[in-house]
Amino acid sequence: MNGLPREHYLNVDYGIRSWLFTTDHKRIAWLYLLSVTVFFFFGGIFATLIRIELLTPQGDLVQAETYNKFFTMHGVTMVFFFLIPATPAVLGNFLVPMMIGARDLAFPRLNLASWYIFVIGGLFTLAAAAAGGVDTGWTFYTPYSSIYSNTHVALTVVGIFITGFSSILTGLNFIVTIHKMRAPGLTWFRLPLFIWAIYATSIIFILGTPVIAITLLLVGLERLFGLGIFDPARGGDPVLFQHLFWFYSHPAVYIMILPAMGVESELIAAFARKRVFGYEFVAFSSLAIAVIGFLVWGHHMFVAGQSVHAGLIFSLLSFLVAIPSAIKVFNWTATLHRGAISYDAPMLYALGFIGLFTIGGLTGLFLASVGVDVHVHDTYFIIAHFHYIMVGGSIMAYLGGIHFWWPKMTGRIYPEPVARVAALIVFLGFNLTFFPQFVLGYLGMPRRYHAYPPEFQVLNVMSSAGASILAVGYLLPLLYLIWSLRYGRVAGANPWGARGLEWQTPSPPPTHNFDTIPLVTDAAYAYDKEPEEVYEFGKSSHA
Amino acid sequence: MSSASPPMPDALSVRAHQFENVEQQHEASWLGMWVFLATEVMFFGGMFTGYAFYRSGYPGAFAAGSNRLDVLLGAINTAVLIASSFTMALAVHAAQQGRRRAIVNCLLLTMLLGTVFLGIKSYEYYEKFVEHLVPGWNFSFEAPFERTAEIFFSFYFAMTGMHALHMIIGIVLLAVIALKARRGRFSAEYYTPVELSGLYWHFVDLVWIFLFPLLYLVGRHL
Amino acid sequence: MAPRVDALFYFLIAVSLFFGLLIAVLIVYFAVKYRRRPGRERGALIEANIPLEIFWTAVPLGLTMVMFVWGATIFFDESEPPVGSIDVAVVGRQWMWKIQHPEGRREIDELHVPVGRPVKLTMISEDVIHDFFVPEFRIKKDVLPGRYTTAWFQATKAGEYRVFCSQYCGAQHSGMLARVVAMEPADYQQWLGGGLTGTPAEGGRNLFQRLGCATCHKSDGTGQGPSLVGLFGKTVKLEGGKTVVADAAYIRESILDPRAKVVAGYKPIMPLFKGLVSEEGILQIIAFIQSLGGEESAAAR
Repeated sequence: MNGLPREHYLNVDYGIRSWLFTTDHKRIAWLYLLSVTVFFFFGGIFATLIRIELLTPQGDLVQAETYNKFFTMHGVTMVFFFLIPATPAVLGNFLVPMMIGARDLAFPRLNLASWYIFVIGGLFTLAAAAAGGVDTGWTFYTPYSSIYSNTHVALTVVGIFITGFSSILTGLNFIVTIHKMRAPGLTWFRLPLFIWAIYATSIIFILGTPVIAITLLLVGLERLFGLGIFDPARGGDPVLFQHLFWFYSHPAVYIMILPAMGVESELIAAFARKRVFGYEFVAFSSLAIAVIGFLVWGHHMFVAGQSVHAGLIFSLLSFLVAIPSAIKVFNWTATLHRGAISYDAPMLYALGFIGLFTIGGLTGLFLASVGVDVHVHDTYFIIAHFHYIMVGGSIMAYLGGIHFWWPKMTGRIYPEPVARVAALIVFLGFNLTFFPQFVLGYLGMPRRYHAYPPEFQVLNVMSSAGASILAVGYLLPLLYLIWSLRYGRVAGANPWGARGLEWQTPSPPPTHNFDTIPLVTDAAYAYDKEPEEVYEFGKSSHA
Repeated sequence: MSSASPPMPDALSVRAHQFENVEQQHEASWLGMWVFLATEVMFFGGMFTGYAFYRSGYPGAFAAGSNRLDVLLGAINTAVLIASSFTMALAVHAAQQGRRRAIVNCLLLTMLLGTVFLGIKSYEYYEKFVEHLVPGWNFSFEAPFERTAEIFFSFYFAMTGMHALHMIIGIVLLAVIALKARRGRFSAEYYTPVELSGLYWHFVDLVWIFLFPLLYLVGRHL
Repeated sequence: MAPRVDALFYFLIAVSLFFGLLIAVLIVYFAVKYRRRPGRERGALIEANIPLEIFWTAVPLGLTMVMFVWGATIFFDESEPPVGSIDVAVVGRQWMWKIQHPEGRREIDELHVPVGRPVKLTMISEDVIHDFFVPEFRIKKDVLPGRYTTAWFQATKAGEYRVFCSQYCGAQHSGMLARVVAMEPADYQQWLGGGLTGTPAEGGRNLFQRLGCATCHKSDGTGQGPSLVGLFGKTVKLEGGKTVVADAAYIRESILDPRAKVVAGYKPIMPLFKGLVSEEGILQIIAFIQSLGGEESAAAR
């Protein structure tokens, strides 16, 4: 007897079929975890190659054509196949039903189908990579992508198109589940903030993703069948593509960061053992971000030839979308006040997240400010800014979340000391990689440059050095998390002393999550009470 | 909500394990379908936006292109689709009353009308091919819109093509539902799948109600 | 322009430093002071503080509005080339910049300008989207196929400045470099004198003759097409009652696709010149029509 529950969702059945045909949201979360991890390291290889190439000003490692494929594959893989699905599809899938006291998502088979769709889309993109790659940048700007590029654009956009349906169906599943399947007593304002964040994300999934789907499909049709919607030679307007593209792809940024913010709220509350300060403000700021986020796409196009007035309106709205993020940062910080803070690895990621996200958010103000954006647009300043949000924000929170819920997912605890070291390595490596890029950008180094003027070399070498440290920081968790699957200490149901329904069931949980559906009597994060006072089991209808 | 009275015995058989009761399952299915239709609105919305943008830029070309479409066939197809929406509504009505044969017959009729629509649409595509109006394939158009009319026809094919794809999916969906109905999977208490596929079918018809005037009739009132 | 952009930039850095440090100091302070220890196993019960929430919503809102207005004024001035600018034509293509000065001198991947005079760039691309970026001048503008965009700058010190293409444009994107050579006005005049090939307006006049435009567009208005004298910048009545301002974009469209907008009282008989005249040629014809008089050139004098 090793202390694990006798029967749980991982040991009810073995064999490959029991995984490939599972409809258990927890097992599907594992399928996603496996696939996005593969894509993360696949995209990471290209990041590594980019940083090696940029060690020297001359383009001496690879040809320019090859380099262009590197940054395109890096962007496409990381954005569409890692960042967008990572937190919602892995942590969201695992946690949404458990956090709201449900036995599964509303549509379990649809959930499995979403994973298959994701994998099929991914295979298309991998096939494009294997066939020789694609060189348009992840933004696929026309007319380069629709007419001039000689690479596998159609295959790639079809892959992204297909994957989009995975996002749509996942979002649909979450929305319905959150609306209709909450445990009795679990009102909206008792929900964990992660659920609010996932809900806001799902709105973007279902309203934004179809637009990118149709846009990329039109690019694909233009390449395959010669339709002329974006072709300037036939009177088409390539800038229309940018409008449609960013209408999704800007909200997509919030798809990547909103779930991370949700994770952040959970971590801060759990490790400060305290209610999140200003719960309603944090909850509504997620919705505000999702809604205003749909109105700011034009800030990607200040220099693209849109009218001055359009530029000013988008600038104003972009400043407004910064406010809900600021509210969140202040509330998280205030949550720490008079808490009981421990420094476990997930909390180190969470604290790192606040710092890096703050820098990412503040530099966003530089870009919302049209006058400054004209200068730094399409330079390394942008690269640094969105990596602070995407890597410093999303990935930090994702890693923090994986560590935090790892005991719940596996029943075992990762080795704490080495995890803390890894968190520090990630933090340091990240800053060394991307902070110099702010300076590079203001000095004028454009993005997507294979070779660059020699005066930029020192900063590029710093960045590449940071990247190698960062790589170590990412490989370490891969190793010790796998190690802990077998050798980790048995966790028990609630190793962190956290609130939240997911901690009120054994680790790993049974297939149907809860033996009886609980009755919820208080808000999330009720650290002033014992869990038994908040969640009443055994009063629900059938088992 | 979940502490409600135990579910009715005949309904238990259709309740999936993750739901507490049939009512919850029914509500979830409805909400899911409406959310899906919201997605569809955005999907077609992207194309409608592009259409509106170019039409305001090239009103002449759009009018001239529109004049080359066959209004009569378009109008017939509109009537066919409206009729199919009617038979679909009859199918849902029959399901409410638990009349198994009537469900199957109405669904078959709906599928038939859908197929007629696609047949007429294919003939129109063929006509366009013969008249050298397929963009990127054999396109040629009279002056003065030899360039910009191609954009109109790009939208024509992209929008009606996407719509036709939705029709095909709808027909397959109805076939599955009809088969289930024949095997007696539905009753007056449980017929959610019939209702939801009806919702989808009406939505696809509604898209056409927008497409028809925008594509076929723009030229006529200029 | 650069000092103004930098001033806003430094303001933004100051604000960022303040808030960044504030958050960082608070996090470290709280994390140490309220660390978990015996006797502090749980956090205090604090829910919310509405005045505090309003305070930290309003302060960032106010600050961002300052940033918005400040940035917007810079953007406005960046978008409006001053009257009397030197009008330079820029054509981008994979992977070079072709430039022609109003006095006629052409150059490739180099742009000579005098110090102390505003220079307006009228830009168009022959293929994909490019972007003309001069970091030292803090200007950047996409160069689009099928549409003119403009940018302007004024060099304040003689010297050489890097030009990057900053919109990804294909294999040799990072090789699409140029330089701005800012010269003292006297040196610039001397430079202009060398290698003269006729002004763009003269080139445009030649094209105008060679392509047979003059047959219909007679200057006295008796031809089958409208006279182009004094046209530039004027408002033109179109067939169907609409009007259009005869700017560069309109003239370009009318050359490539004349029947898109037909002048009231004329028949749509002009042939299409798409494929018969290059983007540079069109820019020269526009310069020629501009030289025939009109609103903007009148104002410029």
